[in-house]
Amino acid sequence: MKLFRKILNKAFDSHVLPPITAALILAMLFTALLAAGCGKKDGTTTLNMSEDAANKVYVAPGKYDEFYSFISGGFSGQLAVYGLPSGRLFRVIPVFSVDPEKGWGYTEETKPMLMTSQGFIPWDDAHHTELSMTDGVPDGRWIFLNGNNTPRLARIDLKTFRTAEILEIPNSAGNHSSPFITENSEYVVCGTRFSIPIKELDVPIDSYKEKFNGTISFVKINPQSGNMNVDFQILTPPFDYDLSHAGKGPSHDWFFFSCYNTEEAYTLLEVNASQKDKDFIMAVNWKKAEEYLKQGKATDKESEYYHNVYDDGTHSAKSEILKTVKMLDPKDCPGMIYYIPCPKSPHGADVDPSGEYIIGGGKLATVIPVFSFSKMLKAIEDKQFDGDVAGIPVIKYEAALHGEVQKPGLGPLHTEFDDKGFAYTSMFVSSEVVKWDIKKLEVVDRAPSFYSVGHIMIPGGDSKKPWGKYLVVMNKITKDRFLPTGPELTQSAQLYDISGEKMKLLLDFPTIGEPHYAQGIPAEMLVKNSVKIFKLDENKHPYAIKSVNDARVERKGNEVHVYIGMVRSHFTPDNIEGVKVGDKVFFHVTNMEQDWDIPHGFAVKGNNTSEMLIMPGETQTITWEPQTATVYPFYCTDFCSALHQEMQGYIRVQPKDSNAQIKFQTGTK
Amino acid sequence: MKKITRITILVCSLAMIAAYFTPIWSIDLEAPQYPEGLGMKIWINKITGDLNTINGLNHYIGMKKIEPDSIKELTIMPFILASLILFGIITGFLGRKKILGVFVVVFLIAGIAGGVDFYMWEYDYGHDLDPTAAIIVPGMSYQPPLFGSEQLLNFVAHSYPDTGGWIVIGTGILMVLVFIYELKFNKKEQNKNVQYEHAKA
Repeated sequence: MKLFRKILNKAFDSHVLPPITAALILAMLFTALLAAGCGKKDGTTTLNMSEDAANKVYVAPGKYDEFYSFISGGFSGQLAVYGLPSGRLFRVIPVFSVDPEKGWGYTEETKPMLMTSQGFIPWDDAHHTELSMTDGVPDGRWIFLNGNNTPRLARIDLKTFRTAEILEIPNSAGNHSSPFITENSEYVVCGTRFSIPIKELDVPIDSYKEKFNGTISFVKINPQSGNMNVDFQILTPPFDYDLSHAGKGPSHDWFFFSCYNTEEAYTLLEVNASQKDKDFIMAVNWKKAEEYLKQGKATDKESEYYHNVYDDGTHSAKSEILKTVKMLDPKDCPGMIYYIPCPKSPHGADVDPSGEYIIGGGKLATVIPVFSFSKMLKAIEDKQFDGDVAGIPVIKYEAALHGEVQKPGLGPLHTEFDDKGFAYTSMFVSSEVVKWDIKKLEVVDRAPSFYSVGHIMIPGGDSKKPWGKYLVVMNKITKDRFLPTGPELTQSAQLYDISGEKMKLLLDFPTIGEPHYAQGIPAEMLVKNSVKIFKLDENKHPYAIKSVNDARVERKGNEVHVYIGMVRSHFTPDNIEGVKVGDKVFFHVTNMEQDWDIPHGFAVKGNNTSEMLIMPGETQTITWEPQTATVYPFYCTDFCSALHQEMQGYIRVQPKDSNAQIKFQTGTK
Repeated sequence: MKKITRITILVCSLAMIAAYFTPIWSIDLEAPQYPEGLGMKIWINKITGDLNTINGLNHYIGMKKIEPDSIKELTIMPFILASLILFGIITGFLGRKKILGVFVVVFLIAGIAGGVDFYMWEYDYGHDLDPTAAIIVPGMSYQPPLFGSEQLLNFVAHSYPDTGGWIVIGTGILMVLVFIYELKFNKKEQNKNVQYEHAKA
């Protein structure tokens, strides 16, 4: 003890020890803090990667994916087809945007598809996809896609994976809550994200509250042909109708739309449309609307809009211009529309597989409200209203509420469902997907997304019978997830296995455009129907040739019509003379092959339009206006055979005032 | 005072000059969608880092913009630190225990005042929210921690001293330690000095 004290005293006597001790203490503190600081980086983003993820997404060479997924191409205006679980891109179907690769919007046959009341429009912003349904389950016949900017609705035929029809939506702007569909594909809806002046067109912007309206269009689908027509429109208060879903089962007759900007702001919406704690889910009884329509309650509203249909028989599109539309005013139609308060600026309006629960995704809300369809009906019956908006009754929030999911995450956007009673909601702000029990309203699992998930998709996940095996998450931000490609990075989706209790991230895969919304369907439902070739003897194109003997060149004034046949590996004719500067040349090119996967391409030097890709049995036309007298080569652009490089021809153009005579041949006589 | 004490005081005071060239405090924000990190560094006279991004994010929940030009502390702090450094140098040269005592007290007051001021700024920043903000989470405030880490909505905020801050804090702690040392364990020397003076007398 004495010794110890001696040492201690000696230590304290020392000149150097105290500063050293202090420095040591400091160093320890510093190290501890640094260690704490470094430890912070993992934790929140640690992945529970399943060991067999690679196996689960691996589709062996020559094997097929289990599901097709159709992911909207966002601002590309197109629709992309991927396989699940591989995430492989199979095809980009041109819909609203021109595609020079395929000649879409450049050939005479496809140009009418992009015609609108505003003229030819080469682009749109495509947000949502919806498969046609029978008995509330995707039937694999068609898929619908909305055009947001110039309001349009497209139908894509899943036999050909081509756009079959585009319908312009009159009295609309920002066609966002579209193209959601009823259980038996009775109607596809189109709702306005932007309200606009409808009764009078030229009004001051600040007359928004008085002069602006939204509309909800009910587009009737012909059950055989799939052809679309605007059956009726409903005039609504000037809110922003964001998303929607049809009821199913017990709620079959109803359609539910989320709406924000019930503040009716027309400037700085970011702030001014985020003020109310609750906006609305709008419930529309479309059966009732049909009754009112039959009773003649609708007025005829004059408005010009285009209806473009592609015919696989003539391989051509035709536009018809429509002039009026039936418009229902809720004021004349009691019991047709109700508003249900929904926290806050809701995005998704999603109906569970039973048709009983309606989930609002309030993107600024801190809970997920779940409404009960039966309680909603009861509330209507008991008149449990909280006043009205422009004559439309507002149902009391609690009266229609099944319950709220507490603390789900931040920024709930969109909910899909599996077949085991669980809902999956995307959380944009907290960048995750939460899985929750619909009946108990309890969160059971959460998985991070990389990064900032928008919509999510489970094949059949908005139908009566979800195939609850995979979940696709469509992200808004990718940052460091892929090799960098300059400031503009790839867009991406992620695949999760949801067959077990916990969601497991399996795969990141790049996508085109901004992937907004998707649909998925078991591959076997489509594979068997997929068209392999067009039958040449059923080709009703007016400029088709069925035999090379019909190949010819005809002059009509300053138009030169060239009827070309293509068979591996030559054009008939491949030497053409007699065209003059100032002529407009129409190349009507028929692919005469009848073999699977033998498309031919066609391009002529200096053409200021595009190439054409022509499928077996198909005829397509491109125009060409040569400016200089010389000989121009044309050739096949799609590698078709061993002699593809030999598949070429020449067309001679002579001066405007020359006495050029039409001549054509293949091979020397 | 012992020579080593005086040298420590001088060295530490001069070391604090480094705080003019290194950040004092850093606030880091961590969220899954910011794998590259997001943060700001508070210097003696400026704030650097992802201010624009942070301001952009914070406007959703109605937090005020961080505008370095309007933070008066950034203009005052260089002078306060300069005063402390000067005071430290004087203390080191004079080598008087009483002056060291005053220096330690002034240093601590300055440190505590700085901490309180920072806390108050953070409090105001995290609580004084625009009532018209797009996202309002009932009962939620967004005050970053003074020291440590905290979950704020989807972000984890980490607030720790940076290099300059550590030097100043280290100096503060060392000053307290050398003062205690002088006070408690250097009585002998004091007595020696007294005796020496007596002897001279």
